[in-house]
Amino acid sequence: MKATPNLDKRRPLEAIGVYAVLSVIAFIMLVPFLWMLSTSFKEPQDIFTYPPELIPSTFRFQNYADVFQLIPFHRFYFNSVYIAFVVVVGTVFFASLAGYAFAKIPFKGRNLVFLILLSAMMIPHEVTAIPMFLFMRELNWIDTHLPIILLPIFGAGGVFGIFVMRQFFITVPTELEEAAMIDGCNRFRIYAQIMLPIAKPGLATLTIFTFVTVWNDFFDPLIFINSRELMTLPLGLSLFTDEVGTSWHYLMSATVMATVPLLIVFFMAQRRFIEGVAMTGLKE
Amino acid sequence: MKKTGKKRRGPLAREAQWTGWLFISPMVLGFTLLLLFPMGQALYMSLTDWPLLGDHKFIGLENYRNIATDSMFWKIFGNTVYFTVGLVPLNIVLALLLALLLSKSMKGIGLFRTAIFVPVMTSLIVWSIVWKYMFATDSGLINQLLLLLDIKGPAWLYDEKLAMPAVIVTSVLKNVGLNMVLFIAAIQQVPRSLYEAAMLDGAGKSKSFFNVTLPMITPTVFLTVVMTVIGSLKVFGQIYVMTQGGPSNSTKVLVYYIWEKAFKLFQMGYASALAFVLFFVVLILTLLQWQLRKRWVFNESDT
Repeated sequence: MKATPNLDKRRPLEAIGVYAVLSVIAFIMLVPFLWMLSTSFKEPQDIFTYPPELIPSTFRFQNYADVFQLIPFHRFYFNSVYIAFVVVVGTVFFASLAGYAFAKIPFKGRNLVFLILLSAMMIPHEVTAIPMFLFMRELNWIDTHLPIILLPIFGAGGVFGIFVMRQFFITVPTELEEAAMIDGCNRFRIYAQIMLPIAKPGLATLTIFTFVTVWNDFFDPLIFINSRELMTLPLGLSLFTDEVGTSWHYLMSATVMATVPLLIVFFMAQRRFIEGVAMTGLKE
Repeated sequence: MKKTGKKRRGPLAREAQWTGWLFISPMVLGFTLLLLFPMGQALYMSLTDWPLLGDHKFIGLENYRNIATDSMFWKIFGNTVYFTVGLVPLNIVLALLLALLLSKSMKGIGLFRTAIFVPVMTSLIVWSIVWKYMFATDSGLINQLLLLLDIKGPAWLYDEKLAMPAVIVTSVLKNVGLNMVLFIAAIQQVPRSLYEAAMLDGAGKSKSFFNVTLPMITPTVFLTVVMTVIGSLKVFGQIYVMTQGGPSNSTKVLVYYIWEKAFKLFQMGYASALAFVLFFVVLILTLLQWQLRKRWVFNESDT
């Protein structure tokens, strides 16, 4: 990590000031999580206790179990996990395949098609969602998982993936491919056995990006899903908010359970993720 | 590469034609069916009266004329602009400040970066539910803390004047980490030699910020501003969870209105026209961004 010059020699007073400002802001960011965790263990009557308690006087683990009684939380969870998995695998495969072709295979119309794809990225999702709804209705796909699996893979998310992967493949030297071709490899083998292993960092970035986007998607599930058993976590949680109103202890247990896995993924892949954001964000 | 491909029309070049198209075909097919075709369909729908059931009829530009005279639309448009104008400067200035503080090497820097980035990773719906709770009138943390100071806190999300600022603050805290990371990356790419030169010329810290750092990262800042503006114009999830557009429509924004018209009232034609208004605004902003980026090609080749 490069440091800008002359700052290690900073005066102690200034350093204290910087730490103070940062601590306050970091604290504000973390308070909601602490408060979420704290409330998730509280007895219902303790929620209104004044002055507020960060550490509950009695811990009620039952809140967590109750959530599963009140809503099909395990279904939401399962749906979110498996939809995210399918979308990530689909996006990474199709986007890297297309990204490789756009970067490395000289075919007619390549630049034109790529330009059309890129310009479509600025179409707001809300514009196409309405005809999509009617289209899915014709197919009888409303209240199934097909729209919320297919739309992210082949819609703007997929196009973004192509873009990221193309940027990545462009930097790979052509000699590698030529050598493999002389050895008699066909294109698909070159893609699968030579290009993909090289592209691991790019694939990882795309995986994390896609996972987070799909895991958090709300608008599409809201439009396409009606049955409780088919809901994903964000949609299920918003429904739960409407239903239990101010039973915050239940809501917070549910949000804790919905958040923790994502945070674990994040902490495992933190550096790659932040670097990925910086890379793709800047070149977009 | 393109030229050599044209010159030799050997088996390799021919092979490239069909494998190229084969490799991109799943994406192009999906894209055509799920994005391009619906886009055309939406344009047509915006020119019709399209109920969920029964026949639609072509009415030309009537929907757009109705939008222009729909007082609810203008209120919502105003709310959307209010949200954007409230959020963007706050977000950008805070992100820039944090990036400046966190682009230096110092102890515990990773911890701060992580803390500020964690909300970006959190589901918007979860974040909004938690903040709805934080802003709750009686049991909310904010009002309980205010009570410690002997202040009786207001009903944040049920007050026409306060609901939108509350949503704005929630949204800034959610996303400021993202812009911060982009700015840190940009700041770290400013060549050291420029700072050294500025120091030799006797520039202090604030001078070298305004004369070196800021001009060098202007392209990134501008790009980020445009992206944040576009994102703000599409705000939906936090409104849906925290206020449902209320109280008395004071937080009802464009996408919420589109969603309501299309999927609650099933006025598909009118909703499509509203969506196209959004599209045109986004289009103009994107074109503006491209136009201005051209001027910064010189700068960008450095990064």
